[in-house]
Amino acid sequence: MSISQISVFLENKSGSLSEFSGVLSDNNINIQAMSVAETSEFGIVRLITDDTYDAATVLKDAGYIARITPVTCATIEDRPGSLHEIISVLNKSGIDVDYMYAFLGGRKENHAHIILKTEDDKKTDAVLKSAGIELLED
Amino acid sequence: MGAYFQEEIECASAGKIKQMQDERLAAQVKHVWDNVPFYRKKLEEAGIKPEDIKGRDDLHKLPFTTKADLRDNYPDKLVAVPLDDCVRIQSTSGTTGKRVVAYYTKEDIDLWEDCCARAIVAVGGSKKDVCQVSYGYGLFTGGPGLNGGSHKVGCLTVPTSSGNTDRQIMFINDLKTTILCCTPSYAAYLGESMKEMGMKPDEIPLKAGIFGAEAWSEEMRNDIQKTLGIKAYDIYGLTELSGPGVAFECSEQKGMHVNEDHFIAEVVDPETGEPLPDGEKGELIFTSITKKAFPLLRYRTRDICILSHEKCGCGRTHVKMTKPLGRTDDMLIIRGVNVFPSQIETVLLKEGYQANYQIIVDRVNNTDTLDVHVEMTPEVFTDNVGEISRRQNELVAALRSMLGIKANVTLVAPKSIIRSEGKAVRVIDNRKI
Ligand SMILES: [Zn+2]
Repeated sequence: MSISQISVFLENKSGSLSEFSGVLSDNNINIQAMSVAETSEFGIVRLITDDTYDAATVLKDAGYIARITPVTCATIEDRPGSLHEIISVLNKSGIDVDYMYAFLGGRKENHAHIILKTEDDKKTDAVLKSAGIELLED
Repeated sequence: MGAYFQEEIECASAGKIKQMQDERLAAQVKHVWDNVPFYRKKLEEAGIKPEDIKGRDDLHKLPFTTKADLRDNYPDKLVAVPLDDCVRIQSTSGTTGKRVVAYYTKEDIDLWEDCCARAIVAVGGSKKDVCQVSYGYGLFTGGPGLNGGSHKVGCLTVPTSSGNTDRQIMFINDLKTTILCCTPSYAAYLGESMKEMGMKPDEIPLKAGIFGAEAWSEEMRNDIQKTLGIKAYDIYGLTELSGPGVAFECSEQKGMHVNEDHFIAEVVDPETGEPLPDGEKGELIFTSITKKAFPLLRYRTRDICILSHEKCGCGRTHVKMTKPLGRTDDMLIIRGVNVFPSQIETVLLKEGYQANYQIIVDRVNNTDTLDVHVEMTPEVFTDNVGEISRRQNELVAALRSMLGIKANVTLVAPKSIIRSEGKAVRVIDNRKI
């Protein structure tokens, strides 16, 4: 139970992010969610798009290094406290989160989607499912 | 231990080698003093008379000879015998300027071919072998040198010269060639071609290769050995000194034995010219002590090497040199330390990066800074910032241990390093000195 995320290497210098988003825009790639992890020198841009394969091909042709990673996508209600429910489930099971980000709407109305990467995808999926949390897949 | 071409010389004691070098060096200095006005003038300017040079221990007193000296004396002003006694010339490619023409007497060629024969026997060659010489023949020394050595050993010699890959492969298969002599890049190309033709390494009759005349890495050696199913050996030489066979690799595949009965090797600090001890990296200097027509005193090769007198498992006693680690022309002096782009390249390849890099040297507050920009590769890239940083730190540590000074590493986007005519610009030195 996972969805595909594209990770891209970017240099941390002015203009590189705008150049990157320009490539996606020129090729009609629709971004559903995005996050940037950065150090002082470089960054990793993580993307969820409509068509992962299409986006990865476009980026590769434009000279970017991209990698497709499976990530867990949990659907929660758009209300206070729902994020905490997920985090506490994971915490109780001893699962550490590598990174996470969220987006609203998109695939289900009045709901938010939480993208999660942990050290153990399978265990994460099982734990969340048994807690009654809805997971999205491609 | 294997066979030797001239065991008595190749395995002579250190004392015997020194005695040979002492006598021959003294005689050579007298020979050039008497016959080459250029050398006589140079020695006089340095205040040296032939009788001051009694042996190897006096070598450091002699002035260096440079490539510029050879060009200035083009074509025959350094020849030390009557031209009537010369029987052949060979010449450098001239890609870096005016050609150098090297002259040979009959005896010079005989001794040169001995050196090449030693190299062939050292890789396991004997009269039972078929030796294909795929180096160019002509002015280039590669073909004629190995051809002569192969004759001396008694191999069936196949003088294919370079090029015409289909014909090379046909002869390897039809004549059951066992020893291949060519440049390492051509060996790699032949290997790839045979692989494409569906030939498996154990179906190829070759057992050994003698590959020289250009720089090659251990990685390349491994690749060639695997695709051709052979042992690949290095050989070193310069047209100025004779040609291939100045030094050659033995069965140990760990450095090349210098033929010390014909050449005295030294390593000096490229800046000061001071001789350096064994194990220290510096510019390789050769003095030819048997060459009659075109003798060279303390010739600066511009190759950076390390010498070692450690006992070798093959039984040979002659000093060993590493393969050239770089050229003095490429050398950077950073915080007083000699740094070569080739060293940085070696570390990058070992750490899983590609050889797409740029070295930026600058001076901030009177201290040199060294920055290495490395292009990110799909192999190194992961979705994890911590993992990329960890590998980056490992690279910094590996560079530090190779260079002896700290280098800052910046990971940059693929294909972002400026290339001019397809070749990356390797070094940017912003220091205003
Ligand atoms: Zn040896």
